[in-house]
Amino acid sequence: MLTNYAPVLILLGIAVAFAAGNLIISDLLGRKRLNSEKATAYECGMDAVGSARIRLSIHFYLVAVLFILFDVEAIFLILWATNAKAFAAAGVGSFVFMEITAFVAVLAVALAYVWRKGGLTWDR
Amino acid sequence: MSMILIWLLITVACYGAVIGTAALMTFAERKVSAAMQYRYGPNRVGPFGLLQPLADGVKFIFKEEVIPAGANPWIFKLAPILTALPAMLAIAVIPFTGVIGTFEGTEVLGSIANPEIGILYVLAVTGVGVYGAILGGWASNSKYSLLGGLRASAQMVSYELSLILAVLAVVATTGSLNLHEIVAGQSGWFGWNVFSQPLAFVLFLVCSYAETNRHPFDFAECEPELVGGFHTEYSSMKFAMFFIGEYTAMVVMACLTTTLFFGGYLVPFWADAPWWMGLIAFGAKTSFFLLLFIWVRWTLPRFRYDQLMHLGWKVLFPLALINIFVTGLVISFGPGAN
Repeated sequence: MLTNYAPVLILLGIAVAFAAGNLIISDLLGRKRLNSEKATAYECGMDAVGSARIRLSIHFYLVAVLFILFDVEAIFLILWATNAKAFAAAGVGSFVFMEITAFVAVLAVALAYVWRKGGLTWDR
Repeated sequence: MSMILIWLLITVACYGAVIGTAALMTFAERKVSAAMQYRYGPNRVGPFGLLQPLADGVKFIFKEEVIPAGANPWIFKLAPILTALPAMLAIAVIPFTGVIGTFEGTEVLGSIANPEIGILYVLAVTGVGVYGAILGGWASNSKYSLLGGLRASAQMVSYELSLILAVLAVVATTGSLNLHEIVAGQSGWFGWNVFSQPLAFVLFLVCSYAETNRHPFDFAECEPELVGGFHTEYSSMKFAMFFIGEYTAMVVMACLTTTLFFGGYLVPFWADAPWWMGLIAFGAKTSFFLLLFIWVRWTLPRFRYDQLMHLGWKVLFPLALINIFVTGLVISFGPGAN
């Protein structure tokens, strides 16, 4: 039923018009007295030193990778969760539940490993 | 043709209601904060200062747009829209009330759209909100912005996991992703999901605070450390757009808490209540959770960033896994399963 999504398109149109429209109006009506001093990056009272394009802590990368791993797990769980009652009603609930437990257990071991290795500890 | 007119009417009404609530929320935030600190708060513009959001909007429009010299102008301009849009799009599936009436044989529901994948759509759309924070922070070419954007994105993805798992527990008990069906499944005595899924409710509430960058998890913009976080360099309407996005996300999260755990538009002890009564019930429940956002802000101190990550990964995530495991156990082996 694609007509279910037609109002979403209307909403998208309104939301984009609101967001972009506001920015454009502000761009047209706002005062413009730029100077080079205003255009510098914010620093409390002094000139900023160096560039902000710096290398980042590996921890943020690790968090991103872990997120993808467990997010994919969650996506598979959505399929099970939606049908859990239907499985139980059809009499295969326990079998499917054991399967999904085995799947989650593998990822739980991964979580325990990362935890043990200190991947989730930030104050080091 | 006229079906499109009805779609348009409902869309405009729902969108206006949520954006209006978000605007009022900026006012309520300051007014309630003032009351809690024994001050007056804004009281000059209109009766009780009620027109303050309007005055703020006009002021934002006439302010100067400053784009820092080293910034990437296009990404810099895109980021505020990318923050505001996902929160606004999430309005589409929120069930504000039940069946309003029938039109040409089709039921007109109190939500903009009613796709079968309701809650999955919300999770998918709000997940995009991370890009606004990280792109805005990176494009500004300022160290405060970069650190704020990084913190915000790491925090949002970490808490999104527990949020999804908490929602899944509700989905498993209802057996549907559709938000109208989730509401309908909560009728009857103690039918609200908060009674059958209390742990999921606590997880969802905590994660919704982290997702919207609110106290006590507002590391993306904690003033003493990062000036303004990822929107340090933003000014005028672009700055306002970040705030509209943030407050809309808060309203959406309050609506979702109501829908998933507190019976949505169901009126307690009144099974066949008319649709406008449902709308009032929904508004009342949601208002409470909006007030809770402000209440928590002035009650709890801010966490430290390592404590935040510790809470997210080592406490909430295992708890969410255990919760969904127990839920699955009860559904698959408990009473009702054969």
